[in-house]
Amino acid sequence: MNARATLSALSPAQQAIDPIDAMLIHRLHGDFPLSEQPYREVGQQLGLTEQQVIARLLRMLEDGLLTRFGPLFQIERAGGQFVLAAMQVPEHRFDAVAAQVNALDEVAHNYRREHGFNMWFVLACTSGEAVLAACDRIERETGLQVYAFPKEKEFFVELRLPA
Amino acid sequence: MLSTFDRQLMEATQAGLPLVPRPYDLVAQRLGVQPAQVRERLADMLHEGLIRRIGAVPNHYRLGYTANGMTVWNVDDALVDELGEKVGALDFVSHCYRRPRALPNWPYNLYAMVHGHTRPEVERQALQIQCLLAEASCGHDILYSSRILKKTGLRLPSTES
Repeated sequence: MNARATLSALSPAQQAIDPIDAMLIHRLHGDFPLSEQPYREVGQQLGLTEQQVIARLLRMLEDGLLTRFGPLFQIERAGGQFVLAAMQVPEHRFDAVAAQVNALDEVAHNYRREHGFNMWFVLACTSGEAVLAACDRIERETGLQVYAFPKEKEFFVELRLPA
Repeated sequence: MLSTFDRQLMEATQAGLPLVPRPYDLVAQRLGVQPAQVRERLADMLHEGLIRRIGAVPNHYRLGYTANGMTVWNVDDALVDELGEKVGALDFVSHCYRRPRALPNWPYNLYAMVHGHTRPEVERQALQIQCLLAEASCGHDILYSSRILKKTGLRLPSTES
């Protein structure tokens, strides 16, 4: 835990974040307790009550400061796959195609990027066949080619973004 | 393959852990099992790597990381694995993968995600990668994200449940 050092390095945008929120985000990057009352345990570590921890999490999720709080599953350990895919979407169709792509449960993330390949999404599926089926469905529904870029090798990194 | 219980656990928590004082008890109640079973299986899943972590996923834009660049590199196939390890070890790289090219439209085979507060910061980071790859790379690009269209994370498809 090094919340103070992290806070001192915050950018102007980050400084707008309540320091207790920042501390909580930092603490909750991982290592969430598997105890009976985990929010109370985290609160005790940070000088907050259980209710304060829960209320702040609720607010940060509602505000969109957090996109999720909970277990992050690595489906590849159970035969599943995460596959990055990209499309070249005509600008005038971009929002409609985004809606078509996002409608699939298999699409875990989707980002607009500034490039000819302007839509990049991640398919998270319980099997390789399900990935192919999702790509086929998107191609059929949009009439656009889906370029799948499955990872061939992952180079070890640690997530170090201060929050 | 996922066991029935693992799948149930995932379905019960993939949208988030309940924000109640005893979240694991609530999950157990929904699944009709003992709370200890939920906590023990989650601990095992963490140990097995089936759960990467239990924690908060911030919107990095809201944390001030507004310049998010996917840097992509066309690296000599004979050297890409060795160099990929070095790129992944740079402290500003959050993800690093080797992926297939899609010629002729897409010549890149190494991806390194970098996050900065400004684009010049991302460009300086890309320059460091370029120095590291040196002549092994014969082209690169930086794709900045301009909008999050979706960020729900893994969802087991409802058709399978």
